[in-house]
Amino acid sequence: MSSPLAERPVRELKGLLDSGAITSETLVIDCLVHISQRNPAIHAFLRVNPEAALAQAKAIDLKRKTGQAIGLLSGIPIALKDNICTKGLTTTCSSKILEHFIPPYNATVVEKIISADGIPIGKTNLDEFAMGSSTENSAFGSTRNPWDLDRIPGGSSGGSAAAVAGSLVPLALGSDTGGSIRQPASFCGINGLKPSYGRVSRYGLVAFSSSLDQIGPFSNDLFGTALLLQAIAGHDSKDTTSINQSVPTYLEELDQPIPSLRIGIAKEFFATGLDSEVEKAIQDALMVFKSLGAKVVDVSLPHSPHAIATYYLVATAEASSNLARFDGMHYGHRSKEKSSLIDTYCNSRGEGFGPEVKRRIMLGTYALSSGYIDAYYAKALGVRRLILNDFNNAFETCDVIIGPTAPTAAFKWGEKSSDPLAMYLSDIYTIGCNLAGIAGISIPCGFTTKGLPIGLQLQSASLTESKLLRAARMFENITPWHTKRSPTFS
Amino acid sequence: MSLTADQVRWVAHLSRLKLSEAEVAQMTPQLASIVGYVDQLQKINTEGVKPLYHALEQVNVFRPDALGTSLSPEEALANAPERLGNFFQVPAVLD
Repeated sequence: MSSPLAERPVRELKGLLDSGAITSETLVIDCLVHISQRNPAIHAFLRVNPEAALAQAKAIDLKRKTGQAIGLLSGIPIALKDNICTKGLTTTCSSKILEHFIPPYNATVVEKIISADGIPIGKTNLDEFAMGSSTENSAFGSTRNPWDLDRIPGGSSGGSAAAVAGSLVPLALGSDTGGSIRQPASFCGINGLKPSYGRVSRYGLVAFSSSLDQIGPFSNDLFGTALLLQAIAGHDSKDTTSINQSVPTYLEELDQPIPSLRIGIAKEFFATGLDSEVEKAIQDALMVFKSLGAKVVDVSLPHSPHAIATYYLVATAEASSNLARFDGMHYGHRSKEKSSLIDTYCNSRGEGFGPEVKRRIMLGTYALSSGYIDAYYAKALGVRRLILNDFNNAFETCDVIIGPTAPTAAFKWGEKSSDPLAMYLSDIYTIGCNLAGIAGISIPCGFTTKGLPIGLQLQSASLTESKLLRAARMFENITPWHTKRSPTFS
Repeated sequence: MSLTADQVRWVAHLSRLKLSEAEVAQMTPQLASIVGYVDQLQKINTEGVKPLYHALEQVNVFRPDALGTSLSPEEALANAPERLGNFFQVPAVLD
């Protein structure tokens, strides 16, 4: 069995496509073949769209053959998390309530990918409505980690992460509300970027927590990360929270090292619960940065231990409001039980939502309910400000803050699924970034003795993705971790 | 603080979620443990701190009041659980 083209770094694949050494059709067919071989074991994809992908690839190849300009994405196939709306292609959020939902429009990121000659090839699995950290909360079966099929890929964008890590596709999009891109990237040994709040349009992303959600790329190299960010970033009048500022040239700037880089280290990111092998890998990464001439600065994020508590009030409050739209009236599941309007709402939602979504809607409703809103929701918004202030203070003395993405490597399937709070605590290092709206990335930085990938998280101030990517690239350029591929299928 | 099964049933009603008694029994201790955990925020002094609803503090985003393209009735109704002509059909709103 030949190894998949998607195993190659995206930088190389784009070169092969641009030079005409391979066609987009060849690459799409190769991905479809490896999806059909590998997806039954990993379950990264919920569905693929071979006809549309092949037709688009052929059209791009024809443009190239006839000397027409080709978009930035050069005919590369891209997987999309199934909470991103695709016109005419079922979009379920891994929920029974949207099992048969076919969006009448494309998300802005999908339009941007298509207009840059990227090829949406299929939809990937997630924790239902992006609520979870393991992709076990999908109504359509869990996704497995390509590095160890007994382990979870992380979540909630576990399908997208596993699709790239298993070399089913070169690139994928996920969404990150509290770590849902960075944590699965860490567990799967690939890159995952959460852009700053407002950098990428969320129009057509099914909303979970609107003040936190952000779409971002997965790739096996930072070139691919910068490439896909370049294609999707920018202002969108359809999303009032998108920032109206010009988009930097991420791709051109990527290979420029940052002179006298200042690395911030926060002691709060090395607290109890951090696995010793993960800690060692992060310390080793710090040595790599020091060898490149980076200066290490101690910074303090004193409110970060309270980020999870803050998040599970803010995110659930917003979710309880956002998910009120799923009432079985205009689209989505409607209960077959004949009853009154209110009972139809209750039955449709009771039948359509899975347990984690119900728990979070309940928690959010409770936090917003009369008599509790001040003690819970309003309190959390105050602490959220203090968390943002901590980051603002830290970025006065450093360019990027580095630390672990997650306290451990990928855990076993079923290990935490019966204890929601234990699952929530696995997001301790990623949540602050969303609450503060800053940029964060996870990049591979080593392996445990069991051969599981470890992720290094870098965070930088809002709208400084270029700096973040350049700092990450300095590390990637002299380390081998991003070149490692899962041995499962070889 | 502890959470009672009755409180869980009341919140389920507010949330428009029909829960079975088994779900109520399972969810009560789970929610109680999460609420117990988030209670740590009560210890933090937020006196005089302006609430942060949103990381972007932009307000009042307007667009020109101009005609644009919109979905056709067929497209808008394509996902309707039940329809009657060009309408969404729903259970009686008033008795």
